[in-house]
Amino acid sequence: MSLTQTAPRRVSRKMTRSLIPYVYLSPALIFLALLMMVPMISVILYSFQESAILRPDTTFAGLKHYAEVLGDPIFWASLWHTGYFTAMSVIFHMSIGLAFALMLNSDRINPTLRSVLRVLYILPWLFTAVIIAVIWRLILEPNGVVNSLLMALNIIDTKIEWFSDPSTALHAVTAANIWAGYPLFMVSLLAGLQGIPRDLYEAADIDGASGIQKLAFITIPQLMPIIISISLLDFIWTMHVFPLIWMTTGGGPIYATEVLSTYTYKLAFAQFDMSQAAASSVIILMISLCFTFFYIRHQKAR
Amino acid sequence: MRRSKRGKERLLTLGLYVGLLCGLLFATFPIFWMLSSSFKSNTEIFALPPTVLPKLFTVEAYIAIFTDGQKLRYFFNSYLVAFAVTGLTVFIALLSAYAFSRFRFIGKNSLNTIIISTQTIPPITLLIPFFGMVVSYGLFDTYWALILTYMVFTLPYAILLMTGYLNTLPRDLDEAVAVDGGSSWTALWRVIVPVSLPGIVATSVYTFLLCWNEFLFALTLTKSSDMRTVPIGIQMLMGQHAFEWNEMMAMSVLGSVPLMLVYLFAQKYFLAGMTAGAVK
Repeated sequence: MSLTQTAPRRVSRKMTRSLIPYVYLSPALIFLALLMMVPMISVILYSFQESAILRPDTTFAGLKHYAEVLGDPIFWASLWHTGYFTAMSVIFHMSIGLAFALMLNSDRINPTLRSVLRVLYILPWLFTAVIIAVIWRLILEPNGVVNSLLMALNIIDTKIEWFSDPSTALHAVTAANIWAGYPLFMVSLLAGLQGIPRDLYEAADIDGASGIQKLAFITIPQLMPIIISISLLDFIWTMHVFPLIWMTTGGGPIYATEVLSTYTYKLAFAQFDMSQAAASSVIILMISLCFTFFYIRHQKAR
Repeated sequence: MRRSKRGKERLLTLGLYVGLLCGLLFATFPIFWMLSSSFKSNTEIFALPPTVLPKLFTVEAYIAIFTDGQKLRYFFNSYLVAFAVTGLTVFIALLSAYAFSRFRFIGKNSLNTIIISTQTIPPITLLIPFFGMVVSYGLFDTYWALILTYMVFTLPYAILLMTGYLNTLPRDLDEAVAVDGGSSWTALWRVIVPVSLPGIVATSVYTFLLCWNEFLFALTLTKSSDMRTVPIGIQMLMGQHAFEWNEMMAMSVLGSVPLMLVYLFAQKYFLAGMTAGAVK
């Protein structure tokens, strides 16, 4: 009698216990479903519709908008600019970050100076993309400090219009982004350097290894997992760049710095072609997902 | 032999200091130039040869901002949105992180993968459907448009950060509550939250900074100047009078104040938040 009474109660208690985690998760899940899943599905739907968002009666357009985007030479130019901007940024973020981390980790400098320098070296990280854009526009103004310095040193003899000359604009925005982004690498690598066991170096010293050998055979291999995961993350984030370009060149002059995000933004909010913009942003999403796949695989492997 | 080795050591140390000096110039010169320019008059900014420190030190640019209600409104909006998003994000993330850290449930692994991958969704891809949604629900040009859309980006990261932190806390803490007959809800608020303050602070700092820096959504989902945030305010300043450089620099300095303060007074939390995704 008592057995038959407690058994179902125990089951139901177990049931409620297993539901508890979902109760805690529910606010986040509902939120992300409504504001992440629904929009993702709708942007894919928009990309197959004629005049999405702007008109209530939309018709099916098939792959028309994808064909328009892929047939647009400016899209391909934007893809190339994004690739160049991103690859250069990540390469320089990594090399500058590594160089700075190694210098700041050296025992040759006094510890107080080292901690002061560490604070100062991180500073570019504290600035918003918009502010970085404004600062770099100021120093790269035709009448600005960089030009006057270069002219005083006789490196150039006419003022360079860094952001409005098509031949320099892409390099100028890349330079600004390199400056803005190296601290992530530097800070992470500094943390990584402190995690390398000391005895590895002691063993190398006994074997008579040179400084360069120690760097190549101990330091770099030990830092490799951090380098890979930050490079992937940096690559994905840099690919989405918008404010820096928007505020320095706006994608100009004559598309010289047009990147995928500014290209898509203009389709949507300058030409008001939401459907084509949706197609373009789905393509960006696909490219992004390829890198995300590698990033997650790497994170899981660790 | 010995002497040449010491010479080499000295040369290496010297090289290191030269390298550090170059690095320091690279890292800080643009910032120094912004600060210095914000205290110059507008005519001095492009003086030839450029003046390193302002010849005529003036705070006119700062006064211009503090006496302009419109510009103060940008700051008010930025703070309001950032604080609202931070509060909501941290609360929801804490609940989810508790589930991830303390319970076993079906779908945990795939859910975790989904949350990690949402960090890499391009903002521009979500912008177009967000625009459609915000307009059709009548939220266009309101604080809610910004608060809700920002949370899509802050929430996944906050969940990962908080879960990472809760995983470092010993399980005996909340098990003791269970033994005493307390519910998991009691365990969360009485035991977990009080000892999780460092994790909560790191998450809040990171969330706040993400909001403070946001540009694309603020540009697109608001329209009236009463709803604009600081980054858009700076952009508008640039469009309106392209030559008020000192005011733009002063606005940039003031726009960087929250990040500076956080960095100076909560460096540990700042770094914990900013690097958690990558180092973990």
